[in-house]
Amino acid sequence: MEQIPASIWTLTAGVVVTLISFWVGHHHGLLPEQASEQAPLVDNFFDIMLTIGTALFLVVQGAIILFVIRYRRRAGEEGDGLPVEGNLPLEAFWTAIPALIVIFLGIYSVDIFQRMGGLNPGDHAMHSRHAPKSGMAVVAQASSKTTSDAAALLAAAQTPEIGIGASPDVQGKAPDLVVDVMGMQYAWIFTYPDSGIVAGELHIPVGKDVQLNISARDVIHSFWVPQFRLKQDAIPGVPTELRFKATKVGTYPVVCAELCGGYHGAMRTQVIVHTPEDFERWRHQNQAIATAPVIPSLSDRHIQQMGITPQLVAQVEAMTHHHSPEKL
Amino acid sequence: MAQAQLPLDTPLSLPEHPKAWKWYDYFTFNVDHKVIGIQYLVTAFIFYLIGGLMAVAMRTELATADSDFLDPNLYNAFLTNHGTIMIFLWVVPAAIGGFGNYLVPLMIGARDMAFPRLNALAFWLNPPAGALLLASFLFGGAQAGWTSYPPLSTITATTAQSMWILAIVLVGTSSILGSVNFIVTIWKMKVPSMRWNQLPLFCWAMLATSLLALVSTPVLAAGLILLLFDINFGTSFYKPDAGGNVVIYQHLFWFYSHPAVYLMILPIFGIMSEVIPVHARKPIFGYQAIAYSSLAICCVGLFVWVHHMFTSGTPPWMRMFFTISTLIVAVPTGVKIFSWVATLWGGKIRLNSAMLFAIGLLSMFVLGGLSGVTLGTAPVDIHVHDTYYVVAHFHYVLFGGSVFGLYAGIYHWFPKMTGRLLDERLGILHFVLTFIGTNLTFLPMHELGLKGMPRRVAMYDPQFEPVNLICTIGAFVLAFSIIPFLINIIWSWNRGKVAGDNPWGGLSLEWATSSPPPIENWEVLPVVTKGPYDYGIERRQESTDEDRDEEE
Repeated sequence: MEQIPASIWTLTAGVVVTLISFWVGHHHGLLPEQASEQAPLVDNFFDIMLTIGTALFLVVQGAIILFVIRYRRRAGEEGDGLPVEGNLPLEAFWTAIPALIVIFLGIYSVDIFQRMGGLNPGDHAMHSRHAPKSGMAVVAQASSKTTSDAAALLAAAQTPEIGIGASPDVQGKAPDLVVDVMGMQYAWIFTYPDSGIVAGELHIPVGKDVQLNISARDVIHSFWVPQFRLKQDAIPGVPTELRFKATKVGTYPVVCAELCGGYHGAMRTQVIVHTPEDFERWRHQNQAIATAPVIPSLSDRHIQQMGITPQLVAQVEAMTHHHSPEKL
Repeated sequence: MAQAQLPLDTPLSLPEHPKAWKWYDYFTFNVDHKVIGIQYLVTAFIFYLIGGLMAVAMRTELATADSDFLDPNLYNAFLTNHGTIMIFLWVVPAAIGGFGNYLVPLMIGARDMAFPRLNALAFWLNPPAGALLLASFLFGGAQAGWTSYPPLSTITATTAQSMWILAIVLVGTSSILGSVNFIVTIWKMKVPSMRWNQLPLFCWAMLATSLLALVSTPVLAAGLILLLFDINFGTSFYKPDAGGNVVIYQHLFWFYSHPAVYLMILPIFGIMSEVIPVHARKPIFGYQAIAYSSLAICCVGLFVWVHHMFTSGTPPWMRMFFTISTLIVAVPTGVKIFSWVATLWGGKIRLNSAMLFAIGLLSMFVLGGLSGVTLGTAPVDIHVHDTYYVVAHFHYVLFGGSVFGLYAGIYHWFPKMTGRLLDERLGILHFVLTFIGTNLTFLPMHELGLKGMPRRVAMYDPQFEPVNLICTIGAFVLAFSIIPFLINIIWSWNRGKVAGDNPWGGLSLEWATSSPPPIENWEVLPVVTKGPYDYGIERRQESTDEDRDEEE
């Protein structure tokens, strides 16, 4: 170690740390599959932060371990260490570098957020909207004449201006499909205003611009699809939205992410991303069928366990004209 | 307060007191800051054990995907009270009330705090608060999480929820009273011979902490009292169907509760700045940078709260503004970390229990800080908010950070408080178990969150079962790690090796008095001749001191 200059060691360590960081940043495998247009944006950003983070982590941990081994007190050693009280250039360096990194990350996160559509919630307000047809939609949506419920009135007075809106390529355009999403203890109810379908699972076509108008009936819930990297709270009295394109056919979990009561953990359903043809088929099937309504997505066992009252069931049934036949 | 009218630089005239306190004096309304400090520490530690048992019960439930061990409502009561107890009845009172009270007057050469009776009053608000929380279990326990967002908190176990609110308001009041006391004490009562640049960094940290608590705590109290009214007196501040707004609560809550994170870590940073130089036998690296970064964290920390609400009812500009402000906090925090690492360089490091916990903190806090940066950016937070990734992050910061710091402080100052040394072999065993347990419990949680597991659930997707089992095993290791510590404390308090006044060769003033210190701390008020971190430095003559003053 004496023969090799310190600069060589530092350089080697730097190269090794850089290589490891890049490898970790690209091969961590910590994120689920990507199924929306936003997912690659988020993942890219996460990978960059993980790369920088790994480098910083290795440098700091390496320094700690190295110093502890090298400068540990040996048996019989007395006295104090080197009386170094500071070093202005070094301190300026380690203040400036993190500052530059966070400024870069800050600007970059604004850019990513803009490309995700995060700066454009409420964009749909500019164009004419699909008129809601189902009675259910009143809770989340405009025409509130049929209800005297104050919360619905309040929600109807505003259109969602909070959440993830139009990404730059669909800005100013109407979404291809609008779905009203309502959270309640402990289920999600999806209403398709243009067809009147009410379902306990979310069915959407791949590659289409989908807008979810999110509301809550009792307490705060949070609509999360990990594979879409999208989450938005469903808030009583505050309409919110998520707008996205699903990029991959498949079935993904819909998870409630905000504590909403004892069975919060059981408040799960799924989103089924169809090919456009399959989606049309699903839509026609469900529009045609009008059978006795039931609470979508809840099994009898759940209904009993969660203590859902017959009144609530009746209430939901009254609001429900159609339902998804796949479920139950 | 009669004391307040006394000239503050004269020795404080406490009421008639005996030569030394008896054990039962620790159970009374005692105004000695050292008694109060130990009262805080012991009370907080008992709540730490209670909160820890709740965590073990929750991890046992989570060993399997189904809800099969606890009733889901009881699970929610445990998660709510675990968080509440660990924050409001363990870390905050132990760090600020315990170490703050015990150390600040000793470190600045004072005989007591500025307002001793107020100090005792502040402590005695804590036991009833804890009792209220525990008694709330008779009514089902508060179940809406430590955040207690309405409307859930207004419709679930409302009696218990009201008791929860009263408990938090009590500890909040205690915190406000304590903060006033610390600010006045540090400002007015340090010995005249101590210059501001000789003030120990723990005291700087306490100053920053107290200012932060003073600004933010009243906001929480206001938010909670409105919630109490909504629950019990028919108001509708947060009721959307009557014109209220649930998001307002979240702003009021986080305006306090984000700074609360700094209330829990700034005093710990102060402990780090004391423990590391003594055992590395080196001056602290970058005294001013560390002191100012505490104040910077305190200022910036007041403007980051919305990063807890990126998926809530917040407009885009708010999400972006608070992304950037949150990222900025990383800078002063990084400065501290780097300064401590640099303090290790070139030292003669004693790897005893106190130092091991300090170094353990350093290494784990780095991870918690880095995951915090990722969480602070809205695009990533949209995905991981309210998941186990967040749980992993804040346990690295609060357990790997605050709790490790508290342990480091206990090993470091136990000899001062009791006059006896803790056993080193048990201490190192305690450290090893705690370090392994912490990483085993919390490291895998990052993956759980990223892959799709939300937090605060009693039942979850079975695909997450294997990783959860690892976390549960880790939690049991953590639970067992307490045993050697308890044995050590109880045994050493009675029969440990006699420590002497200054077993570590420390230079800050608390080591200049006897162990344990006499009731009014000093026979004669100390005179500061050396800086608190002048290890290895033969201070130049008085004349050069003046040069240094000019540099400031």
